[in-house]
Amino acid sequence: MSENEDIPVGEDGGQPHTQVGGVHRKVDAMERMRGVTRYTDDLKLPRMLHAKIKRSPHPHAKILSIDASAALAMPGVHAVITGKDLPEPYGIIPWTPDETALCVEKALHVGDGIACVAADDEDTANEALEKIVVEYEVLEPLFDPEQALEARDNPINPYSLKGNLSKKVLLEFGDVDATLEQSDLVVEADYFFEGTTHAAIEPHCALAHVEANGILTVWSATQVSHYLHRELAKVLGLPANRIRVIQPPLGGAFGGKSEPFDLEFCVAKLAVMTGRPVKLLYTREEVFYSHRGRHPMKMKYRTGFTKDGKITGVDAKTVLDGGAYSSFGLVTTYYSGQLLCAPYGFDAYRFHSKRAYTNKPACGPKRGHGSVQPRFAIECQIDKAAEVLGLDPIDMRLHNDIGADSETVNGFKVGSNGFSECLRRVRSSSVWDSKRKELPYGRGIGVAGSTYISGTNYPIYPNDMPQAAVQITLDRSGRARIFSGANDIGQGSNTMLAVIAGNELGLPLDDIRVLSADTDLCPVDLGAYSSRITLMVGNACVEAAQKLRRLVCEAVGKRWEIPRKRVTLAQGQAIDREDPERNVTLAEAFVWAESDNGLLAATGSYNTPKDRHGDYRGGTIGASPAYSFTAHVAEVEVDPMTGVVDVKTIWVAHDCGRALSRKIVEGQMEGSAYMGFAEAIMEQHVVDPGHNGVHPGPSLLDYRIPTFLDTPELEALIVESPDAQGPYGAKEAGEGPLHPSIPAIANAIYDAVGVRMDSLPFTPPRVLAGLQARAEQERTAESPPHKPDTNGARRIA
Amino acid sequence: MSGPSRSSAPDALLLRTSINGDAVQLAIEPHHTLLEVLRYQLDLIGSKQGCDKGDCGACTVQIDGKPALACLTLAAHAEGREVSTVEGLGDAHGGCHPLQDAFDRHDAAQCGFCTPGILLSAEALLRDRARPVSRQEVREALAGNLCRCTGYTKILDAVVDASEVMHGTDAPSARPTSKEEAAQ
Repeated sequence: MSENEDIPVGEDGGQPHTQVGGVHRKVDAMERMRGVTRYTDDLKLPRMLHAKIKRSPHPHAKILSIDASAALAMPGVHAVITGKDLPEPYGIIPWTPDETALCVEKALHVGDGIACVAADDEDTANEALEKIVVEYEVLEPLFDPEQALEARDNPINPYSLKGNLSKKVLLEFGDVDATLEQSDLVVEADYFFEGTTHAAIEPHCALAHVEANGILTVWSATQVSHYLHRELAKVLGLPANRIRVIQPPLGGAFGGKSEPFDLEFCVAKLAVMTGRPVKLLYTREEVFYSHRGRHPMKMKYRTGFTKDGKITGVDAKTVLDGGAYSSFGLVTTYYSGQLLCAPYGFDAYRFHSKRAYTNKPACGPKRGHGSVQPRFAIECQIDKAAEVLGLDPIDMRLHNDIGADSETVNGFKVGSNGFSECLRRVRSSSVWDSKRKELPYGRGIGVAGSTYISGTNYPIYPNDMPQAAVQITLDRSGRARIFSGANDIGQGSNTMLAVIAGNELGLPLDDIRVLSADTDLCPVDLGAYSSRITLMVGNACVEAAQKLRRLVCEAVGKRWEIPRKRVTLAQGQAIDREDPERNVTLAEAFVWAESDNGLLAATGSYNTPKDRHGDYRGGTIGASPAYSFTAHVAEVEVDPMTGVVDVKTIWVAHDCGRALSRKIVEGQMEGSAYMGFAEAIMEQHVVDPGHNGVHPGPSLLDYRIPTFLDTPELEALIVESPDAQGPYGAKEAGEGPLHPSIPAIANAIYDAVGVRMDSLPFTPPRVLAGLQARAEQERTAESPPHKPDTNGARRIA
Repeated sequence: MSGPSRSSAPDALLLRTSINGDAVQLAIEPHHTLLEVLRYQLDLIGSKQGCDKGDCGACTVQIDGKPALACLTLAAHAEGREVSTVEGLGDAHGGCHPLQDAFDRHDAAQCGFCTPGILLSAEALLRDRARPVSRQEVREALAGNLCRCTGYTKILDAVVDASEVMHGTDAPSARPTSKEEAAQ
């Protein structure tokens, strides 16, 4: 806790920052460490049934018939449902409802859900799945997005309006062709970003029960309880006020739990049918097939530069491999271009992005949604230009910083901007200048920058209501209760709310209860996505807490016969700012205020500014109230004999506006950098076309997420450039710091061994192939020797 | 699994074991894993299932003081042995083991799902070394426990800190966040 020796009294009428900016024990961490927190799979209800889903073994097949009679006849089996029981199409984006809870006509990827059984226990449910007979007509699968776009006679998704084209966006700002024509240097290259998945350690799980009063309650490991609530109402055909969604404590999400999944609809339907509670827990294999992870992207980039390293224009062509369903794909397709226009300013930009349906598990949002892939491309482009122009890559980025209070080429208003400070921090912490000169062949250092949104200016479904709301009540025991719809997915949003309320009301965090993500108890919040919670829900919480502070200070001032503004609240007390010896406990102060006002309750809400986006179709997508900025330096060692890349350290400087709780912010930065490192070096979420579209290793061992031993040292450097839009100036910290890891590592590999890694991941065979190609170029004098001053280095022949 | 599997009573075994110091006798299915028995028969939900096949370490418990994967261990194997789970970790420390306190101070648990398993692996390491441990020792000892949230940094900070609290060098201290800040 941040505790000062003297009681801080704050400015006249303002609050001292007794909590904001400190280090906190999270409000809900200790119970997790004692093993008593009840995650969804830890819930158990009387007479609870267990459900399992039968899944398609085919990547593309028409369902001719389903015979579940043998399964239904088994003792212990209570119900079987198929797609026909839940035929209403839905989609997280209201304009693209192209999936159903279970397949109705066709299975579109291996693992697509076909039927669901509720039974006394899982063994019985699994046995029953074996007895369901499904007759398929196998169709030709399409795994390559470009081939899928060509295959007009083989549309994959039955709800698609344009064959296998899921979404196309073409936007141009300024005259790109003329700008590139006039540029001193144009760098052209093709990049490939492989798909990756979230791999939260907690598998998806849902439990449903119809309460005696007829309310259908669904507990789910979701990060968007409000959207789940809406989609459940739509698909089940029930009014929303008959449904309650509760998100129990969550075991990680990273975007992988940000839309409804088959299991939630299935347990809800089966609970209605059987009258008994029904639970379904995914196996790890099912988690891989449910996916909604990072889109593979093929990116063709042309970037223009002046001689002194200023970016003039960018021309980007991108094909997104969307998998079988839209998911958030409409937004992803926009984000693949829209989020590229900072932190560097340039005057001409065109992007043309096409998302294709393929017969694979659907892609969706993963941490850094849609913008991690193009960020990889542009940061490698800049590194290539720096080399040609003989410029230092950090200097070049400083030179291109779009700055604070600026407007991007696509019309987004940038407020605070700490990007240059981020670059300076990683430069000094990594000892960049000397390492860049002195590291021998095989060792290298690279830099990259990025920006990200703090929530989106417009919600997923159009409405004029607030995007976030919080209700706080105070009671006579000296305690505050915060009701918030926000989903704490481990990122610490419950603690963030307690820190803000504690700061405004002078309460220690122990006296604050946060009740979150229960649609019966809490005001609506849109959920944990697009890094929106700190800024949006934080602002709503400030408003509610300040209303209550005013009432409390007023009541105390009245009794002490002093003006309200002379009363401050800190460390569990109300204090006379001019005579700090005069004080009273907050419990007493709350009693006075409740006596004067009745129940002490206040709401706060937040809506986004609507004047910070571009004035064109799509100009609102990607616009945010505030943008975070990040710079990474990565240091690597490349073994020229094996192609193994050992990432030693990543320095992560991130402008989060204001760190409300420092270690929690650092944890977000470290976790982000780790996840980017994993995508750079190790992870690939793919299916094998040679084996009927199955995932080659749908397990944590085969997919290989980094262990303690794999992960590099991560140095988190908090940069604070407060933004007028954020609570106390705070912006996001949970997604932005992922972006630069990947290009920083690519650029470091180039510095180490002179090999450009334009395709992910940087596996030993790919690096080795690059080393061989480089050796050949050096042999034919097409390229100069890389780091020729290093004596005795092992080099590939 | 999401709950107990079908009971076929004639095959049931009598398991006599000790769990967190308590003598336990119960009828189990011979094919049930220790994780199933802990979670669904004994309601010891602190041991988590992340993969059910020994990949993630979220189910790590201790058997006779050594870390073991409860999802790969038949419950019958616990016969006559001492099983420790996260629920008992603080028992000898007034309810809160120094590791739990250090994890709390360092915000080393984000979602917390991997944390019980990591605590059990870390406790075995600290007991074995009985001295302050290095970051590299912790990395090696915890390499079988996956965490997806933290990037492992805060966990390393917390385990090293706890070892110093328990074995004496210093008062609890946080590692500076960077070399740059340490130099200031």
